[in-house]
Amino acid sequence: MCLAVPGRILSTSGDDPLMRVGRVDFGGVLKEINLAYTPEATIGDYVLVHVGFAITVIDEAEAEKVFAHLREIGELEDLEEAG
Amino acid sequence: MTDGDFSLACPAPAGGDDTVQMAHGGGGRAMERLLDTIIRPAFDNPHLARRHDGAVLDLAGPVAFTTDSYVVKPLVFPGGDIGTLAVNGTVNDLAMCGARAAHLSVGLILEEGLPLDTLRRVVASMRSAADAAGVTLVTGDTKVVDHGKADGLFVNTAGLGPVVSAAPIGPDAVRAGDAVILSGDIGRHGIAVMAAREGFGFETVIESDCAPVVDPVMALIEAGVAVHCLRDLTRGGLASAAVEIGEAAGVSIALDEASIPVREDVNAACEILGLDPLHVANEGRFVAFVAEADAERAIDILRRFAVSAGAVRIGTVGGGAAGEVTCRGALGVDRIVDMLSGEQLPRIC
Amino acid sequence: MKFRDEYRDPVAARGYADAIARITTRPWTLMEVCGGQTHAIVRYGIDELLPDGVTLVHGPGCPVCVTPAEYIDKAIEIVARPETILCSFGDMLRVAGTGGDLLAAKSRGGDVRVVYSPLDALTIARANPDREVVFFAVGFETTAPANAMAAYQAKREGLTNVSLLVSHVLVPPAMRTILDGPTNRIQGFLAAGHVCTVMGFEEYYPIAAQYHVPIVVTGFEPLDILEGVYMTIRQLEEGRAEVENQYSRSVTRAGNRTAQTIIGEVFRVTPRRWRGIGDIAESGLGLSDAYAGFDAERRFGPVSSGAEAKTECISGLVLRGEKKPPECPAFGTHCTPERPLGVTMVSSEGACAAYYRYRGRKSASLEAAS
Repeated sequence: MCLAVPGRILSTSGDDPLMRVGRVDFGGVLKEINLAYTPEATIGDYVLVHVGFAITVIDEAEAEKVFAHLREIGELEDLEEAG
Repeated sequence: MTDGDFSLACPAPAGGDDTVQMAHGGGGRAMERLLDTIIRPAFDNPHLARRHDGAVLDLAGPVAFTTDSYVVKPLVFPGGDIGTLAVNGTVNDLAMCGARAAHLSVGLILEEGLPLDTLRRVVASMRSAADAAGVTLVTGDTKVVDHGKADGLFVNTAGLGPVVSAAPIGPDAVRAGDAVILSGDIGRHGIAVMAAREGFGFETVIESDCAPVVDPVMALIEAGVAVHCLRDLTRGGLASAAVEIGEAAGVSIALDEASIPVREDVNAACEILGLDPLHVANEGRFVAFVAEADAERAIDILRRFAVSAGAVRIGTVGGGAAGEVTCRGALGVDRIVDMLSGEQLPRIC
Repeated sequence: MKFRDEYRDPVAARGYADAIARITTRPWTLMEVCGGQTHAIVRYGIDELLPDGVTLVHGPGCPVCVTPAEYIDKAIEIVARPETILCSFGDMLRVAGTGGDLLAAKSRGGDVRVVYSPLDALTIARANPDREVVFFAVGFETTAPANAMAAYQAKREGLTNVSLLVSHVLVPPAMRTILDGPTNRIQGFLAAGHVCTVMGFEEYYPIAAQYHVPIVVTGFEPLDILEGVYMTIRQLEEGRAEVENQYSRSVTRAGNRTAQTIIGEVFRVTPRRWRGIGDIAESGLGLSDAYAGFDAERRFGPVSSGAEAKTECISGLVLRGEKKPPECPAFGTHCTPERPLGVTMVSSEGACAAYYRYRGRKSASLEAAS
């Protein structure tokens, strides 16, 4: 269920926290996105967007963990050899 | 073209709007004015100047003949309009038969209330598309229907052109081992039209790829490349074209997803709307099935033309089950590619 | 696109597949809860990278699949009225109720509009003050904040010509229903990452403990799913049954508190019927008393609650993970995306449609036979 796509906030507007919107760049496609549920989101952040709403700010440090975990469980050599 | 004085000169029926009225299709003076001020000046050529019921053509040798009707919403979209679509679509259909389009007919069905400016723009686009493709609009027809009975404007075009290729081009000439070559990146037309529709609120720079592909196709044939089959990718996208040819030719087709060019922003729009780029419409792209030995040369020739500068090999014809199209994905696993079932709808899940 | 392409890296995917093969000593059956995960698994062939004996079965997480036929019938009935405009997400249009689907209703002249966001329905309502705009609010917890915001803003603005036909469902009660099933074979869950982005994963601790089943909150890209499978199997092999979070770039334990607050204000937990599965207590959301004025069932009459029609379609078993699509005798023969018998074949996210689309009729039948 629940298609959600990451995009980067280019600008934000609106003072009312529930109506705050951001122009979000999805790989070259721009769309106005409601930021009511990500009050902490600022310009440059990547947000995950579902049906026009940002539902979270993507944690860039955590985003690396899938690769760090792979190294940790000993598949590092394969990854570096082929990569 | 545009006739700046048109609204002053036109004895528009009651209302006087600069829009199409029922009287414009009534066969009387209003219709003659519409033809004289908008249609005939746009398409001006000796055939139309005869003001006869039809065109008389001098044809010799094998001739390809095709027709297509065009309905698109919105009528004008980034990179083109219904007029460019209607001319290029028919020119391209003839090219897929190994023929160079020479003569086109145009049928216009206008909805009462259509702004005359829109009509002017569309016929001007048709003229410039025809000039670009080297084809003449030799005969035509205009009808007007009641408000609400058409989406502004429908266009039918039919085309005739001499067949240039000596060898037959079509699905029955496809053989196992043939190379599958795609003329450029896919998905731009479908996304450009969808983004222009109200509701989605996309800001993009994506323009339709609508263009005539006749020159690169003729170059392939004239260079003696063993072209077995050609198919333009329109509605249903690359997936439908591949499955149709696989079924008609009784062969399987193996595609490699990584080799299929899709622009970053087109890909992003597909992700947002939950669409598969292989299913998205194109209007200036085709696939060529050519003998393996000629594959490299065919790609080199296609790349000399702007419209097919991005030509790449995307797969190979196999001897598997008829119509079985597979696509090797990012992780190296093959998946089945099927035609779209029904209308393409954006999804949330 | 950043945060997408890197999670489709074939070398890293192979690394996880090798790691999974190395730690797997016996057969395990896992369920990915979400239809989006099913779609990715079948599209990328992730299951084919797994060792023999590791089976992924597909969960009930397809909101349009589990929306009861009676709600679709109601939507069709509503849009047959000349004064109404029905707004819906695109995937809902092809799903048949007991009669036809919304596309057919549209072809009969019904004003059905596909919207990308529930807020688009409010825009349509503002532009058409003389019409009644009904938004077909389906979805899981992921979509609830967006749908709740539509009601919240409508109320704040005093829009009177808009209402919601609500068929919202909640994931944890469905997971319990699956685990309680007499023929349950699920040994571990990949929980739905976007649901947990909104709700967090606090609710899963009692489930993991009570049923002794590992639950790993998992994302949607190939590497996410492979890492989720790795984490689940490692728990199973080590005899653990814990809640873990693979999708930490998006999900926190508490979830999105702001979203939960609005959901709590606009909605209340209700019993809900799941198409193909049946009635599940406290498994849905309905409008709260404060928002009852926006309930389309109040304006246009309640959705009927008749018994589900009997059919040879096994979509209920597929949605519970008890059968795979090719195990259905109708699959690919007299049930195809063009002529579907059940919702899992209709929705592009449905498990049957995903199998049909990416595996094809032939190979899927072979798989069933082997």
